[in-house]
Amino acid sequence: MGEADIDAVGALADPLRRRLYEYVVSREGETSRAEAADAVGIRRTLAAFHLDKLVDAGLLTTSRRKLSGREGPGSGRPAKLYRRADRQVNVHLPPRDYETAAHLLAEAVQHSGAEESLHAAARAEGRRRGGAAAVERPVDADGLCEVLTRLGYEPAADEEEPETLRLRNCPFHTLARDFPPLACGMNLELLRGLLAGVQAEGFTARMAPRGRHCCVTISKNENY
Amino acid sequence: MSGYHLAQLNVGTLKAPQGSPEVAEFFALLDPINALADASPGFVWRYRCEGSNDATGERFFGDDLLINFSVWESVETLWEFTYRSDHLDLLRRREWMVPLAERFLVLWWVPAGHIPTLTEARERLDLIRAEGPTEQAFDFRTRFPAPREETRPQDPRP
Repeated sequence: MGEADIDAVGALADPLRRRLYEYVVSREGETSRAEAADAVGIRRTLAAFHLDKLVDAGLLTTSRRKLSGREGPGSGRPAKLYRRADRQVNVHLPPRDYETAAHLLAEAVQHSGAEESLHAAARAEGRRRGGAAAVERPVDADGLCEVLTRLGYEPAADEEEPETLRLRNCPFHTLARDFPPLACGMNLELLRGLLAGVQAEGFTARMAPRGRHCCVTISKNENY
Repeated sequence: MSGYHLAQLNVGTLKAPQGSPEVAEFFALLDPINALADASPGFVWRYRCEGSNDATGERFFGDDLLINFSVWESVETLWEFTYRSDHLDLLRRREWMVPLAERFLVLWWVPAGHIPTLTEARERLDLIRAEGPTEQAFDFRTRFPAPREETRPQDPRP
C-alpha cells in the first residue's frame, strides 16, 4: 500500500464523487461527461470537476473520441470519455501483503499439481458463501445477481444473450493475469459451489473468457 | 509492424497413453481447439506431424512428452488465444496431464518468415530451464520486447 492508494480511497470519500465513480464503472465501455452529469442530476461542469479528480487519483482513465463518428471539419470537437482504470487499489492498515502470498501459493499449487484439491476447497467455500447469503432459497435471477454483486463480480445480462450473466469484474484480477488456468479454474469452482449453496436451480457456471470480463459466465440455459 | 514473430513451445506428459479412455476427451478436443488457434488473430504457424493435423505424434522431447509448438505475431495475440478463448477451459482441466516440476513453456523471438525447428525449440527450452527468463528464452510473466532492427536500409538514422 502506498500514498497513491490512500489518495485513491480519499478521492471516493465525497459522496457525489462516489456516485459518479459508481455510475462510470457500472457501464459497459466509456462514459461522457454529459451522461455522467445526467445520471446523478448535476451540471456538466461540476461533473467534469469531479470526474477529473477521479482521474487524478488514478481511479478513472480518459480517452478522446468524436461522438458523431465523423471525421474532418464540422464533425465537432472530440469528447472526453471516462472509464475505470486498470489499476488496483489496496489499502490495508497496517500494511498486509496477501497478494504476494496468493501468488506464491499459486506457484506451489501449480508445481505440485494440487489443482484438484484447490478446486475442492473453492467449491466448499462457494457453498459456504451461498449458504450464508441472506436471500431466499432457492434463489431466482434477481437474488442471484444480488449475491454476485455483493461478492464484487458486477454481474450484468449479456447484450446478445439475455439469459446469460456476464461478470464484469474479476475479483482475482492480478492472480488471474499471472496464473490464468489456476485462478480462473478456482473461480469457476467457487461460483459452481455458490450456485449450489444458494440453490440457484437451472443456472450453470461455465468458462467463457471474453475481452475484459471475468472468464466465467452464468447461464439460465441448462444445455450449456 | 515488427520484423519479428513470437515462437512458443510447451511440453506436457499425459497421465495415460494415447488411445486410453482416461485421455480420450483430450484427443477429441484437439481438432476444434487447433481450428480455433488457426483462426485466431495473430496466428502464423503451428507444428504438425507429417500427414497429421496435430503434433501429438512427435516425440522429439521424450517418449512421454507431447509438444505444442507454434509461431504468433506477438506475445499479446498468443496470450489472447491461450488464456482469453475457449482454450482456457482445456488448460484449466488438469485431469489429463501430469504436473511438471520443470518449466514446460518457453517463448522466443524469430525473424518474421522463419519457421523454427525442433532443435531450436529444444535449445530454448534448455536455456530457460538453465537460466530462467532471458531475452533469448522467456515466458509470459517475464516478457522481453522483440529485438530492434538495427540495420534496416529503409530506416535512416538521424
